[in-house]
Amino acid sequence: MTELATYNFAYLDEQTKRMIRRAILKAIAIPGYQVPFASREMPMPYGWGTGGVQVTAAVIGPDDTLKVIDQGADDTTNAVSIRAFFQKTANVAVTTRTAAATIIQTRHRIPEAALQTGQTLVYQVPIPEPLRFLEPRETETRKMHALEEYGLMHVKLYEDIARHGHIATTYAYPVKVEGRYVMDPSPTPKFDNPKMHNSPALQLFGAGREKRIYAIPPYTEVVSLDFEDHPFEIQTFSQPCALCGAKGSYLDEVILDDKGGSMFVCSDTDFCEDRQAKGHRGHLSANPAEAAE
Amino acid sequence: MSDLPLLKVSALSKFYGSRIGCQNVTFELWPGEVLAIVGESGSGKTTLLNCLATRLAPSAGCVEYRMRDGQFRDLYRLSEAERRFLMRTDWGFVHQNPADGLRMTVSAGANVGERLMAVGDRHYGKIRATATDWLGRVEIAEDRIDDQPRAFSGGMRQRLQIARNLVTNPRLVFMDEPTGGLDVSVQARLLDLLRGLVSDLGLAAIVVTHDLAVARLLSHRMMVMKDGHIVETGLTDRVLDDPQAPYTQLLVSSILQV
Repeated sequence: MTELATYNFAYLDEQTKRMIRRAILKAIAIPGYQVPFASREMPMPYGWGTGGVQVTAAVIGPDDTLKVIDQGADDTTNAVSIRAFFQKTANVAVTTRTAAATIIQTRHRIPEAALQTGQTLVYQVPIPEPLRFLEPRETETRKMHALEEYGLMHVKLYEDIARHGHIATTYAYPVKVEGRYVMDPSPTPKFDNPKMHNSPALQLFGAGREKRIYAIPPYTEVVSLDFEDHPFEIQTFSQPCALCGAKGSYLDEVILDDKGGSMFVCSDTDFCEDRQAKGHRGHLSANPAEAAE
Repeated sequence: MSDLPLLKVSALSKFYGSRIGCQNVTFELWPGEVLAIVGESGSGKTTLLNCLATRLAPSAGCVEYRMRDGQFRDLYRLSEAERRFLMRTDWGFVHQNPADGLRMTVSAGANVGERLMAVGDRHYGKIRATATDWLGRVEIAEDRIDDQPRAFSGGMRQRLQIARNLVTNPRLVFMDEPTGGLDVSVQARLLDLLRGLVSDLGLAAIVVTHDLAVARLLSHRMMVMKDGHIVETGLTDRVLDDPQAPYTQLLVSSILQV
């Protein structure tokens, strides 16, 4: 990689990494608190994961193994480009296997396979402020966080129930971290919220455009907000994955034709492929005998 | 009425640079008492009200409030957290323009329920039942509970704002021209409603108005302001029927007779 000799390891210069690491340490010390940081221009547009990339660049080392997922998939544009970016600028090992990765940068999913101690999950966050659409003034939301005034968050859930008869928020579902800060878990489906609770992995959140970093240290209490008579529930699916037959994983709908045909498959491609390799089959998976021919 | 005042104001002043907002205002307010502050535009009524309600820091003087534990506390020495808690539980503030006091993009039920949720109520059914009850008390039909205030008329919005403020059973309510901008028949109904609520709940209230008829109907006692000073205070009927200060005499004689 001689033509890249002018790049520092993992693209960012050491001073910038140091600044980001300080923000990360502070974020870990105050779980759920949004730490401002001097977000840099990255060689990609805002909204493509500039926050996540900066956090990853600040924590990655030469011995790390990186996995990047976009909506659970390892093979979509965003995931492929970010993976290639770190291969080029840091020359680190990359993988698609959840268990083999030490750092997993993710956009809007948490892998189905349980994370382990020592793994770090880096989220790309578009809007870190959970109160944003309820209270537009940033000065006021900061004050509300400081004084723990979170009644407004429940006003949103109340509105959901009043309009739809149940809490209709399905992603970016607000959580309370360690009994203190209300946090936006980035637009992950609420299906993934329970996985954040007491996770053995370190979870870091980077919002590049909004210039905020926040974190959930390992084994931290993460509670999804709800009402006593309308408790928090995760999505359920009426059918198993069409490829691997998994029940209880998060499914994506894939349109098959223009006549309304569709199939539901695991959004976590690594999980799905792993199951298929172990011989699990869904009703639409290729017959192994035919595929071999 | 209790023998201890609810609110003690002493030598309160607010200056905007060299201009006077209000100067040297001293009075006491007792539980269950409705005090009207009247005067022409620019006389410092709203400045005074905002200073009392901790929405505007005064330049000098002190405002003491008797908390629910019976202790007098200087409002400007409370921590911000305590002050904000007081404002959303023990106090109410009714704005002249309901859009300032309501969340226009959430339903009427959520508007009323917001304070309950802010003090930790987490049972949807109970919150909704309380909201329904309060909408009934301010004469808003039950089937409008899921409508946004944007779909409400001016009078309904004002009644909704009142319900939203009273749901936590406050002891003191500040009202800034509560009937401003409403036509006379709607105004009459709102005044009727306010009068009933104030006497049923034993609320203390400070009502700022330029409309002497509103003061006559609602208040027990009134203060007349002119150029930032209190020129006359006394029982409402006495001040209106037998005004002593020259300015008050002018004010009372300016009322149009139909």
